[in-house]
Amino acid sequence: MELYYLTAHELHDLLVKKEISAEEICRAVFDRIDAVEDKIKAYVTLTRDRAFARAREIDRKIAAGEEVPPLAGIPVAIKDNMCTRGVRTTCSSKILYNFVPPYNATVVEKLEAAGTVMVGKTNMDEFAMGSSTENSGFFVTANPWDLERVPGGSSGGSAAAVAAGEAITALGSDTGGSIRQPAAFCGVVGLKPTYGAVSRYGLVAFASSLDQIGPFTRDVTDCALMLNAICGHDPLDSTSAPRDIPDFTSCLRDDVKGLKIGVPREYMGEGIDPAVKEIIGQATGLLASLGAEIEETTLPHSRYALPTYYLIAPAEASSNLARYDGVRYGYRTEDARDVVDMFMKTRSQGFGPEVKRRIMLGTYALSAGYYDAYYLKALKVRTLIKQDFDRAFEKFDVLLAPTAPSPAFKRGEKTGDPLQMYMSDICTLAVNLAGMPGISIPAGFVDGLPVGMQLIGKPFGEGTLLRVAYTFEQHTDYHRRRPSL
Amino acid sequence: MITIKDVEHVALLARLELSEEEKQMYTKQLNAILEYAQMLNELNTDDIPPTAHVLPLKNVWREDEVGEHLPPEEVLANAPETEGQFFKVPRIV
Repeated sequence: MELYYLTAHELHDLLVKKEISAEEICRAVFDRIDAVEDKIKAYVTLTRDRAFARAREIDRKIAAGEEVPPLAGIPVAIKDNMCTRGVRTTCSSKILYNFVPPYNATVVEKLEAAGTVMVGKTNMDEFAMGSSTENSGFFVTANPWDLERVPGGSSGGSAAAVAAGEAITALGSDTGGSIRQPAAFCGVVGLKPTYGAVSRYGLVAFASSLDQIGPFTRDVTDCALMLNAICGHDPLDSTSAPRDIPDFTSCLRDDVKGLKIGVPREYMGEGIDPAVKEIIGQATGLLASLGAEIEETTLPHSRYALPTYYLIAPAEASSNLARYDGVRYGYRTEDARDVVDMFMKTRSQGFGPEVKRRIMLGTYALSAGYYDAYYLKALKVRTLIKQDFDRAFEKFDVLLAPTAPSPAFKRGEKTGDPLQMYMSDICTLAVNLAGMPGISIPAGFVDGLPVGMQLIGKPFGEGTLLRVAYTFEQHTDYHRRRPSL
Repeated sequence: MITIKDVEHVALLARLELSEEEKQMYTKQLNAILEYAQMLNELNTDDIPPTAHVLPLKNVWREDEVGEHLPPEEVLANAPETEGQFFKVPRIV
């Protein structure tokens, strides 16, 4: 297999045996980008010179006999909503098209400390609002498995980059499913850690009580390595959890004997494609044959997750996005009469339609007279949704569900109807509302399109998720399949 | 039921200037979304406390010490318009 399609741990083995160099890995990935990026359009910005300089630095360390960390020399793509010092960070929005941060997000600092090589910044739905990467203010990203289809969203650029061999691993952010859903659509592993497990410092905020950064990888081992690199308490983020982080690679055991896995019936009912249900049924059967105890369970408030999410997330977004006024950074209109006119014109010209829709919805839900009926009500239902999970986890170690109701849909298929588009995240939203960790792994294919299985864990139960995912992976080959491009 | 007037009011609060076409579109779309959200009223939440955040948040304090901060030129580097060490904006009154 070509270098650009290997995993990080396979490349590390070759690196330390000096069979390849970090520069060769870097060249393989950039040659691949040159070959397929016109079709995929995963990147907003490429950092080629910087990447080669960094790769050569890693090679010098190896040549000097220094021990290098497991991710040293590994090309990584970063979603364009994480601040990168000296490299523009646009959130795929016209309003931030020229923003060059003077500092790094904590995750970027951590990946640099781990020796990774940043390839570039990936395309996304504007300000992470969307389920298909069709809401980017710049261009649409294609799904590597079928170029007519979407890669999922909002981290579609990151997922597509890993699936197409344009990066070995990537970072995304997940507010309502924006790592897991594109991971499922693109046939890669995507993990949303427990809220607070990974610092959000330097992540451009969308909905602060829901956003969480996590990795895209080709297999579960790489996912554990990425998690090792980015997890941990950060004093710069007041919502970062002060906990000791285990070595997640120690959780990679081919063993699910005695683990209790619940399958919520609400995630296998109406609205889920029958072919997806069949694949999830087969996956469940495999885990049962390997010794897991599988039982149907219920999360009775699941059907309320979508409306709850679409009141809370826009409310937080309307507040977070108030900072884009053209004063300190980003786009500013050219023909303002006075400062208020400048705010209005800058925001109206800079934001795209989905962002405006959510700002409007959030402003309405928070406005006098409607706050109790919409926003406060949603916060109360959020409690009920969280209680469902708490009850389920009194009995089960892990919950299992589809990641998305269908495989990747066609470009333009849902753009005319926001509610239909919002339904794409129906299997993932509740996990964010409750702050739980969730992972999506490739579980099968329908008509050549990947289908993801979602495993949901207790808070800070990433280790158990990795164990179940790793076991499944050892007995299947879906994660080894690659799209032909 | 949201009217165009409501949309105009919310747009003003959000500092957004909408075209007539956008007003029509958002009126229709916000109505559809909020109508869907009505399903939350099926639930009695009188005695349910709200969850604004899943972590037990508390204020985080640091020592009141003089530290390093970004140099003014870096702070101003992204600004559309500056004068001296200030962000420059159009007239306010």
